[in-house]
Amino acid sequence: MKCDRCENEATVQEITIRDGARIETHLCEQCARQMGLASQSAVPLSELLTKYVLATGIGGAAASAAGRASPATECPTCRLMWSEFRRVDRLGCPDCYTAFESQLGPLLERAHEGGSRHIGKSPSRASARRAGTKEAAPPADDRVLRIATLRKQLERAVVEEQYERAAALRDQIRQLEDPADDRPGD
Amino acid sequence: MAPNHPSLSFESRTEWLRGEGRAADVVMSSRVRLARNLAGCPFPHRGSRVHRQASLQLCRRAVVSAGLSPTLLWADLHQASPLERMLLVERHLISKHHSKSRPCGGPPGPGPDDPRGVAIALPDERVSVMVNEEDHLRIQVIRTGLALGECWREITEVDDRLEASLNYAFSPRFGYLTACPTNVGTGLRMSVMLHLPGLRLTGDIEKVKRAATDMNLAVRGFYGEGSDAAGDFYQLSNQTTLGKTERQVLDELESQIIPRVVEYERVARRMIATKRLAAVEDQVHRSLGILSHARLVSTEEAMQLLSHMRLGVVLGIIKHVDQAVVNHLMLLVQPAHLQKVLGREMDQDQRRVARADLLRAKIAR
Repeated sequence: MKCDRCENEATVQEITIRDGARIETHLCEQCARQMGLASQSAVPLSELLTKYVLATGIGGAAASAAGRASPATECPTCRLMWSEFRRVDRLGCPDCYTAFESQLGPLLERAHEGGSRHIGKSPSRASARRAGTKEAAPPADDRVLRIATLRKQLERAVVEEQYERAAALRDQIRQLEDPADDRPGD
Repeated sequence: MAPNHPSLSFESRTEWLRGEGRAADVVMSSRVRLARNLAGCPFPHRGSRVHRQASLQLCRRAVVSAGLSPTLLWADLHQASPLERMLLVERHLISKHHSKSRPCGGPPGPGPDDPRGVAIALPDERVSVMVNEEDHLRIQVIRTGLALGECWREITEVDDRLEASLNYAFSPRFGYLTACPTNVGTGLRMSVMLHLPGLRLTGDIEKVKRAATDMNLAVRGFYGEGSDAAGDFYQLSNQTTLGKTERQVLDELESQIIPRVVEYERVARRMIATKRLAAVEDQVHRSLGILSHARLVSTEEAMQLLSHMRLGVVLGIIKHVDQAVVNHLMLLVQPAHLQKVLGREMDQDQRRVARADLLRAKIAR
C-alpha cells in the first residue's frame, strides 16, 4: 500500500475513531514522523519491554528512581556487568544489590508476588545496629576473606603493572597473615 | 570423605524416610532450608579459588564449633569420590549441583575438585549444612511427616549459632543477600514431599499442580529441581522470599495449603477404595508380583512399583510389609546406595540385576 501523502510504501497505520466513524491513515515512515505519528522507528522489542516494565511495573517508585539516575552497568566491587547478570541470573557479590538496586526492584517484585522489602528475620548484629545500640561483638575473624580479596587485588595490580600498589597490597597481606610481625620487640 | 571421621550408616533409616509423624500417610517429609552468605566476599560462583578456600575454611570452622549435634560428620566434597557424592545426593543431604559443583541454571561451576563441603548431624541426618553451593551456606533441616514448624524452630536456632561467629551479608531493604535474587530476603525455602497416588488415579493431580502454581508454589519431583515426579512423589515449596515473614510462609503452607492437599488426597483414596477397589487391588498386587519375581529392575520402575506398594500398605491391601520398609527401599534401590550396600561398583546392567535381587529378598513373603 502506498503512503497517503507520497509515493513511498506505507508502513505506519493510524486508526482514529471520531463520532463513531473509523478513519484509517496509511503513511510512510518519513511522513508519519513529519506528522508526529511515529516518534521513533523500530524500537527493539527488548527495549520496549524494559521500558514497559520500568514504566508500568508494580515497582513504580523504583522505576522512577531509575529514570532519574542512569542505572549502573557494572558492580564496582566484583565487576559483574548487568548484562552478564541477565544472562546467568546470578549476582556476583553482596554489593551487587546496592549497585543494581534500581534495576533489581521491578525484577524482585515480579519474582516475589510484589514483595519489595524484607520484613522477616534479621541477624542479631544488624538488629543491634538498627536499634542504635552498640554493635554486637564482631565475628571471630574475617581475616581469611580479607586476605583473599587483597590477593585478588594484588593479582590485578600486577597484571596492570601498578607495582607500587602491588607492593603496598603485599605488605598488607603479610601483616594480616602474620600479625606478630608488627609487634615491636616480640 | 576423610577417614578418622564418623561416617554415615548407609543401611540406616534417615529421618525423612521414617514414615511417621503428622499426616504421614500422605506427607513423607518436611524440609526447610536457609540460604546465607558471608559479608564482604563474592558469591561462590564469582569468587576466585582462593576466595572459595577462604569461605570454606571460615564456614567449616563456624559449623564445626557450633555444637549442632553430638556427632557431626564433615565431608570435603572435592576430595570425595563420585560414588560418595552420589550417595549424599540420594540421601537428600546435598544437591545434584553441589555434587558436581555446577550451580543450577547458572553459570558453569568451577568443577568437581573445587573447595566445598557438607556437614551432617548424625545419627539421624536431620540437620545438614552445605558450604560453597550456590550460596556460601545452605542450612537444611528435614523431618518425617508434616513438621514444618518443628523444622523452622530447629533451623532458626542453627542459623543463630552460625551467625554468632560469621558475618552474614544482609541489607535492611533486601534482607539476607543471595547469589540468585529468587532467594533474597528470608533465604527460606519450605517444602514438603507428598505421595499423591490417589489423585493420580482419580485424574485430579493436574488440578492440584495448577492450583499450587497459581498460589506461587513450585512443584517438583522426588529429587528436587529438574527431577520428574517419580512414583507419584511431589515436592511442594514456597517461591516467595521477599516481602513475607518466615511465619507467614509457614502458616500458609502448614496450616492452610498442605492440609487441604492432604485432605484432597485422602478423599481420592477413599473414593477409589470404595468405587474402584478391584482396579487398585489389581495394580497393587501386580506391582507386588513384579517386585517379588522380576530379575531386572530399573530405578524408575522400582520407584513406581514401590509407590503402588506404599498405597497398598496405606489402604490395608498389603499387610505383610511395613510402610517404613517401603520408604527405606526407595532409598536402597538408588544407584549409589545399591552399590554401597552390596559393597562393589556396578554398571547399569549389573545394577538392574542387583536391584531385582534386593527387592525380591525384602518384599517376598
